[in-house]
Amino acid sequence: MNKPLRRIAIFCGLLVLTLLLRDNWLQYVKSDSLATDDNNRRVTIARYSTPRGDIVVDGDPVTGSAKTSKSGLNDLEFKRTYKDGAMWAPVTGYASQAFGANQLENLEDGILTGNDDRLFFRNTLDMVTGKQKQGGNVVTTLNADAQKAAYNGLKARGAKGAVVALEPSTGKILALASYPSYDPSVFAGNSNDDAEAWKKLQKKYNPDDPMLNRALRETYPPGSTFKVVTAAAALENNLYPDADTATDSPLPWTLPTTTTELKNEGNIPCKNATMREALRVSCNTVFGKIGSDLGKDKMIAEAEKFGFNAEQFTPVRSSASVFPEKMDRPQTALSSIGQFETAATPLQMAMVASAVANDGKLMKPYMVDKLQSSNLDTVAQTEPQELSQPLSSKNAQILQSMMETVVKEGTGTRAQIDGVTVGGKTGTAQHGVDNSENPYAWFISYAKVADGSSPVAVAVVIEDENANRGDISGGGLAAPIAKKVMQAVINAKK
Amino acid sequence: MSSTTNSPTHHTSTIGSIGTPSRRNTELALLVFAVAIPVFAYANVGLAINDEVPSGLLAYGLGLGLLAGVGHLVVRKFAPYADPLLLPLATLLNGLGLVVIWRLDQSKLLQSIKQAGTAAPRQLMYTAMGIALFIAVLIFLKDHRVLQRYTYISMVGALFLLLLPLVPGLGQNIYGAKIWISVAGFSIQPGEFAKIVLAIFFAGYLMVKRDALALASRRFMGLYLPRGRDLGPILVVWAISILILVFETDLGTSLLFFGMFVIMLYVATERTSWIVFGLLMSAAGAVGVASFEPHIQQRVDAWLDPMKEYTLSRQGIPGHSEQAMQALWAFGSGGTLGTGLGQGHSDLIRFAANSDFILATFGEELGLAGIMAILLIYGLIVERGVRTALAARDPFGKLLAIGLSGAFALQVFVVAGGVMGLIPLTGMTMPFLAYGGSSVIANWALVGILIRISDTARRPAPAPATNPDAEMTQVVRPS
Repeated sequence: MNKPLRRIAIFCGLLVLTLLLRDNWLQYVKSDSLATDDNNRRVTIARYSTPRGDIVVDGDPVTGSAKTSKSGLNDLEFKRTYKDGAMWAPVTGYASQAFGANQLENLEDGILTGNDDRLFFRNTLDMVTGKQKQGGNVVTTLNADAQKAAYNGLKARGAKGAVVALEPSTGKILALASYPSYDPSVFAGNSNDDAEAWKKLQKKYNPDDPMLNRALRETYPPGSTFKVVTAAAALENNLYPDADTATDSPLPWTLPTTTTELKNEGNIPCKNATMREALRVSCNTVFGKIGSDLGKDKMIAEAEKFGFNAEQFTPVRSSASVFPEKMDRPQTALSSIGQFETAATPLQMAMVASAVANDGKLMKPYMVDKLQSSNLDTVAQTEPQELSQPLSSKNAQILQSMMETVVKEGTGTRAQIDGVTVGGKTGTAQHGVDNSENPYAWFISYAKVADGSSPVAVAVVIEDENANRGDISGGGLAAPIAKKVMQAVINAKK
Repeated sequence: MSSTTNSPTHHTSTIGSIGTPSRRNTELALLVFAVAIPVFAYANVGLAINDEVPSGLLAYGLGLGLLAGVGHLVVRKFAPYADPLLLPLATLLNGLGLVVIWRLDQSKLLQSIKQAGTAAPRQLMYTAMGIALFIAVLIFLKDHRVLQRYTYISMVGALFLLLLPLVPGLGQNIYGAKIWISVAGFSIQPGEFAKIVLAIFFAGYLMVKRDALALASRRFMGLYLPRGRDLGPILVVWAISILILVFETDLGTSLLFFGMFVIMLYVATERTSWIVFGLLMSAAGAVGVASFEPHIQQRVDAWLDPMKEYTLSRQGIPGHSEQAMQALWAFGSGGTLGTGLGQGHSDLIRFAANSDFILATFGEELGLAGIMAILLIYGLIVERGVRTALAARDPFGKLLAIGLSGAFALQVFVVAGGVMGLIPLTGMTMPFLAYGGSSVIANWALVGILIRISDTARRPAPAPATNPDAEMTQVVRPS
């Protein structure tokens, strides 16, 4: 009987071994994914078990943490609070006991809760010294004045829209505003009031969709602001050597292979205009023909160098802007003036202005400058990164002078700032069936200060439902906001 | 039957006293650790939850120490040559179980749904009852072979216990499985006791029939096929397992009994063909029943996709439970070293967090390291049981020891595997760790029987008796 007994012993050993293997798989291999699963309540409990770290702008936190009444079964000790929540929501996102977290609150959750591995040493030290675990801080690149100017500008207009401001030399995001916005503190808890407030903000119950981050997640037809990209393509591909050579632009101009005439806005001097002149008065015919002459491949290549057709991670994800990849010749012409299927996020158009201002180099946009532990030691620092070079330094300077003409004596005069060189481009994009809805007013610009450096590039988009259709133009609605944002950045530098 | 112990009898019959060392002092030393470790764990939980050493620490330490001490003294007196590891290992598991049950008692969430709060004192009482039964087994069961006399009574008793939950008014349906009965406010799981009684029946029956089962067979395709009439008993046990599965809807109990029988049958006959038959029959039975029994089906679905089950449960659809997923999260959140006792959130499992799912709390708070240690302790208990079977000198003792240890191993596998998502969940509990009177009391009795068999096996100057009738002749033996 002993032989089968020994075999049974081995069999029992195998049962235990199977359990050991399973446990290793569960608690070692799958441990992280189970522990950080969003449905795992522990994630929420950890998030609110200690005072959450802050999101910092210009040295001041825009977030806070308040003790909740830990009564009954409420296992969450702290609740997130926000200062000027609506203004900063596109940056911070929300952290709600009941509804989870998004954007920076979610992406940097490890640092904010203090659970990140990079805080391990600190935490161990705190444990030994008996201090309560504390979350670290996320220090953003944002500029409080610029953000205020951007948000208040949109709010004063009362129209849906967004503003993005970048520092061209680094890619730092200086302003990121969206309107209408929401205050994340109203649903930070898990009471019935919080649930009610959350419900009211959902698109289903609120057609304005205040929780949409228009600066990063909404794509708009860029209209005439896209002509900057087309001009860059013309220069880079040597279609025209400089800004002041007359272009080969008949007027009227029929879209290739069709009988449709491409129209300009009003009776403007576009026949064989130089690129500088064409950009100043925003000639559709000139840039449409440039796009058509270059062909879709060159246009796509240039647009993608500026960041089109790719998501950006700032680290908050932005939607990919679209420059269509399948189009015929007339569609290429229309796409080159920001129509047809071309669509861009406000961040994308700010990147276009920023690349031109930075002598052709496009820096990767980012909003987290550094991560700090609770005692303000730097845990990680973001280094500026070059994303691409859409145009040579020489061509960038030509394009700068063209954009500066637009502000000096073209459609963008309302963005002028005393003592500062401003380059920009207006845009008015139609949308809706047969253009029945109010157009989007665009303005992209950059400012150059006395020492020749460019501290800021801005993109503003506004959808104005209240204004008269005729009134809407990038120069009239969007440029003044861009101006205020640029001024705020320049004044903050002084 | 060869004996693995170095019996001194064939050297000389006059110095029998220097035989196998009794190892009682080893047992005592190990018991000190088995009591000290849970006491430290208890203090640890108190410090983690309330920032103070729990007020009941002394009482708990003394209580556990006293129970273990009395157990040890009884073993020293009545089973001096018993295996020295079984008692300390069982004490350690029981003590740790008590600590974690007390830890879950502190959870407001579990208190609010009446799943915990006063479980630990009750468990301590059950432990005392369990050790009392353990002592009674050692005192009154002088020789395990006496049990052989009760072979057929055991069969009737086991069937009676197994069918009890089906008696209307007595049986309870808890979360779908009908394996409990309710007597005077106590929930009893008769299956836990049936496990031991059935092992006695199988051992007695197989000891008598093993030659017939092993030798009277035809060879077919490399397998020894038993005769039709010898197939009878295995078919009956199989049918009973299926009935348990159908009427009590508990896959675990059914698997446990059938598995135990197949193991004992294999050991008795040394025929691999029985294993093949057993596997085929249990597979056929399980698949067959699972295809029409909705409760089993749901358990299988929950096992295949616990996340979906969780979502369904969260949507408030009745008949679904988030426990399986919650247990997996508990294990995952524990990681390698765990959160530390008292610092996890395994109370999120809610129902049965301190019984069926208690292993998840160990997983979360003691981590991979803790679970591995606990599984190895279970493994050790099983291997000590198997060793006892190897050392036993009589076939009945061998069969009973292997049956009990095999059932113990299967139970650990089925419960731990279920909680860890390796196999579908069943309604059984981890021996010694989990909250539940039946389980603790029955398993202490099981360890008592194993200790009795091991004492007989390791005792020098073996009694030549191979059947109880021989005891009569022993009296007149000189020496």
